[in-house]
Amino acid sequence: MTAQRQLCTFALADQYFGLDVLHVQEIIRFQDMTRVPLAHRDVTGLINLRGQIVTAIDLRRRLDLPDRLPGEQPVNIVVQTDDGAVSLLVDEIGDVLQLGELSYERPPDTLRGIARDMITGAYKLEQRLLLVLDLDALLGNIALPN
Amino acid sequence: MNEVIREFLLETHENLAQLDSDLIALEDDPTERETLARVFRTLHSIKGTAGFVGLAKLESVAHAAESLLSRLRAGDFRFNRAIATAMLGVVDAIRQILGSIESIGDEGTGDYHALIAKLERLRTAGGIDEVEPSGTVSSQSTVRAAAPKSNLSTISPPPAAKNLSTIGTPSQFVPKPAQSTVEPSKQVEVPVTEVAEPRASTVADSTIRVDVGLLDKLMNLVGEMVIARNQVMQYSSTLEDNAFVGTVQRLNLLTTELQVNVMKTRMQPIGNVWSKFPRIVRDMAIGCGKKVRYEMEGQETELDKTIIEAIRDPLTHMVRNAVDHGIEKPDIRARHGKPPEGKLHLHAFHEGGKVIIEIVDDGGGIDPQRVRSKAIASKLITVEESSRMTDRELINLVFLPGFSTTDKVTNFSGRGVGMDVVRTNIEKIGGTVEIDSRLGHGTQVKLKIPLTLAIIPALTITSGGDRYAIPQVNLVELLRLEGDQIENRIEQIHGFPVYRLRGNLMPIVYLNEQLRIDAPKHAPGEVNIVVLQADDRQFGLVVDAIHDTEEIVVKPLQKHLKGIDAFAGATIMGDGRVALILDVLSIAQGANVVSRTRGRALADKATVAVDETAVEMHSLLICTIEGGGRIAIPLAMVARLEEFPVYLVERAGSRRVVQYRGAILHLLDVAKELRKMQRRSEGASRRRKPPTDNAVTFGMGDVPTTHVVVYAGAGGQIGLVVERILDIVEDDVAIQSQANRPGVSFTAVVHGRVTEFLDVEELIAAAKLTAGSHTAKELA
Repeated sequence: MTAQRQLCTFALADQYFGLDVLHVQEIIRFQDMTRVPLAHRDVTGLINLRGQIVTAIDLRRRLDLPDRLPGEQPVNIVVQTDDGAVSLLVDEIGDVLQLGELSYERPPDTLRGIARDMITGAYKLEQRLLLVLDLDALLGNIALPN
Repeated sequence: MNEVIREFLLETHENLAQLDSDLIALEDDPTERETLARVFRTLHSIKGTAGFVGLAKLESVAHAAESLLSRLRAGDFRFNRAIATAMLGVVDAIRQILGSIESIGDEGTGDYHALIAKLERLRTAGGIDEVEPSGTVSSQSTVRAAAPKSNLSTISPPPAAKNLSTIGTPSQFVPKPAQSTVEPSKQVEVPVTEVAEPRASTVADSTIRVDVGLLDKLMNLVGEMVIARNQVMQYSSTLEDNAFVGTVQRLNLLTTELQVNVMKTRMQPIGNVWSKFPRIVRDMAIGCGKKVRYEMEGQETELDKTIIEAIRDPLTHMVRNAVDHGIEKPDIRARHGKPPEGKLHLHAFHEGGKVIIEIVDDGGGIDPQRVRSKAIASKLITVEESSRMTDRELINLVFLPGFSTTDKVTNFSGRGVGMDVVRTNIEKIGGTVEIDSRLGHGTQVKLKIPLTLAIIPALTITSGGDRYAIPQVNLVELLRLEGDQIENRIEQIHGFPVYRLRGNLMPIVYLNEQLRIDAPKHAPGEVNIVVLQADDRQFGLVVDAIHDTEEIVVKPLQKHLKGIDAFAGATIMGDGRVALILDVLSIAQGANVVSRTRGRALADKATVAVDETAVEMHSLLICTIEGGGRIAIPLAMVARLEEFPVYLVERAGSRRVVQYRGAILHLLDVAKELRKMQRRSEGASRRRKPPTDNAVTFGMGDVPTTHVVVYAGAGGQIGLVVERILDIVEDDVAIQSQANRPGVSFTAVVHGRVTEFLDVEELIAAAKLTAGSHTAKELA
C-alpha cells in the first residue's frame, strides 16, 4: 500500500494546485473586504467570517502570478493555522482528489524563485500536473509590510 | 469584615461540607487512609488560619481534633463511631463559630471545653470515651453531634428551617403586644447557632467559584451580542415600525446592561497583584543592603482580569527597579540628609475612565545627563539629537530597547531589557507610561490603564473610502473647516501644516498620507479634523468624513498584519464589515508628532547604524600609551598585533613606516598624536609644548621594540604605536563621562580602570594619513 493523500484542488492562472485537505476549514464565495493600508502587497484585506476577522491572502500575488483581471471574482479557501483561520484567494475551486504516492514527484531543480519554497512537488495526472503547495511556506514572511 | 477572615470563612464553609461526608465515609470504612488524610489536612489548615487571624476558640477546637486524628493517622487505633460522633461535633462547633463571626463579628459565647475534653479522652484512651457519650456532650446545647447516632439527618441542620419560622412568627402572626413580650424571650432562647445558621450560609451561598474560561467565553459572547445589537440598531433605523423600534431600544438597553455586568464579573482588585510585592521588596532590600518601607494605597481598585494579567510583569519590574536602582543605600541616603529608610509607594485610583497606577520612590532619581551619555554610547541617539532634548525627553530614553543605566548587572535588574518591555506591554493594552524624576529626590512612574480591553467606545471615520475606528480615549475634539477656512486656517511652517487651536499651534497630519492611501489629502470643499492626544501632545488628524461613536469589540490582528504599527486591531461594524482600529500613538510617531526617540522605529535604526559602522563595542583591545594612559580599541577593527624591532622603523618623509607583509605600513604614535590634536584644539593661546614631548620621541627612544596595533580602517591599514598591549576584554561598556580631549570618543571604566576609547578614524584624519598601506605591487 502506498500512502494516499487527499488534496483540495484549485486553479490559479491556468495552473492546477493542491493543498492538503486537512488544512482546509471551508470554502466560501468572494466576500467584501476591508483593505489594510501599509500591509504586505499579498494581503488583500480582512473579511468577517461569522464574527471572526480573517486575513485574506491572494495566492496569485503570493506565487508571483499576474493579477486577476478586474471583475474576476476569486474564491476564499479558509485554512486553519496556529494563528486562527486565514483565507487564501484562488481563481476557481476544484475537486478533492485522493492521490497515491506513485504519481508524485519532487519539483525539478530548474524551478527557481519564490515558488521553489512553496511548491513541494507535483502529481502527474493524466491530463496535467497538480502542483502541491506547502501551507507554512505560503503563509511565511508576510509579517512585515513592504 | 476583614478580607482575610472573609476569605477564610468562604473557604472553610466549602471545606466543612466535605468534612461531613468524609467523616461519614470514614465511619463506614475506617481503613480509608486517603479520606483520613484529607480530613486531617482540612482541620490542620483551619487550625493554622484560625491561629493566624486570632480565633482562639476555633483554634483550640481544631487543635484537639487534629491531635486525635494524628494518632489515628499513625495507626494507633481505628476510627470508630465514638470518634465520628466527636468529630462531627467538631464540625458543628466550627460551623457555629463561623456563623457567630459572620453575624456578630467574634467567636461568640459558646463553650467548647466539654468537646475538647471529650476529644482528649478519645485520644488518650485509644478511641474509647469512658464517660457515657450522650451524657456529657448533650449538656452542651450547641453541639448537635450529641445525637447518639451520627447519620445524615444529624448533619443536615433542621434548626435552620425551624429558625426561619421562629423569626418569621413575631412579625407575621403576633399582632398583640402582650404576646410580643413573650416572643422576644423565645428569640433570646434561640441559641446563637440558630440565628447564625441561615446567615452563615449567606457568605458561602452568595459566592461561587467559576472557571475563568467560562467567563472569557461569556465575555466573547457578549462581544458578539454587542455586534449583533449594533447591526439590529442600524437596520431598525431604516424602518418606520414603531413596535419594532421600541423592541430594539429595549434590546439595546438590556445588552448594555448585560455587557456592564459581565464585565464586572471579570473585575479583580489590583491588590491581587500587589500582594506579592512586600515579599519581593523585602527580599531585594535585604539583597541590596537597603532599607525600604513599602506602602500601598487603593488596593481595592478594580481592573479587568486580562489587564491585571497584562500589568503583573511590568509592575513587578518597576517595583524591582525602584528598589534596585532607585532607592539608595542607607549611608548614601544619610549623606544626602534623607532618612535611611527609603520609601516605595504604590497608589491606584480611577481618573477619567481609566485606572492610574503610580509607583513613587524617594530614591536618587534618574540623572538625565547620565542617560544621555549612555544613550549616545549605545548609539541609541546621536550627540546632535541629544542636544535638542529636554531633561524630560532624556529621561524618557530609558524606554528605548537595549537601554540600561546601571553599571553592573545584578541579580535583580540591569540587563537592559527592562523599561522598553514595560512600555511595550502597557501600550499593548492601550495604556501609557510616564516617568518623572528629580535627581536626588526620587522617581515617579505613572501608568494609565484602560478599565477593560474587550469593548471600547470608538469614533468611526472614513478615509480613502474605508472606515476606521479611533479609540475614544485618544479623542479630544472634532473640527470641521469649509471653503475659505481651509486655506486660511491651515497654515504652513516651512511646508508642514499647522492649525491654530485657541492660539496654540497644533500639527496637522493627513491620515491618507500616513496610510499611504492613493487619495487626495482631504475631501474637496471640506476638511474634517479629529484632534487627538498622543502622549502629552495634541495633533489634528485630517480624515475624509467623521461618523458617530459606537461601542466596538476589539479583535487582535493576525500575525501577517502584526508588523503594521498603525493599527491596534480590527473590529466588526454594525453592517458586518470589518474596520481597522487606528493606533493613535503609532500614527503620531509615524508623522513625527511625538518625538522620534521612542519606540521601535528608532531601535531598528540604531541596530542598522551599529551594523553599518561595524563598531562592536564589547570586545576591546586594551593598551597603555606612553604617559601611562589606558586606551581601548574595538577588537573588530584590529587586524593584527605586531612587535617590531626599533631598527626596522624607517622614515618616509616626515612619516615613520615599516615594511610589513610586502607592503608599507604607516605608523602613528597614539600618545603623540593625541597630544598634537589637543594642542591644535586648544589653539594658539597655549602653544607651550608639554614637557614630556621631548623626553620620548616616537615612544621607542629607549625600548628595543615597538608595539604596534595593526588597525584595519576604512582607508586601509595603519599601525598604531602603543606602549604596551595589555589585554583583550569583553566588557559591557559602562559610560562614566564624555571625552575630554579630541581623538577620544568617550571615557569609560573597563575592568575597574578608567580607559579612553580611541576614535581612530579621527586620529587618522588628524594625522592626514589617508591611504594606509600599499602593497609593493600596487606601488610598482
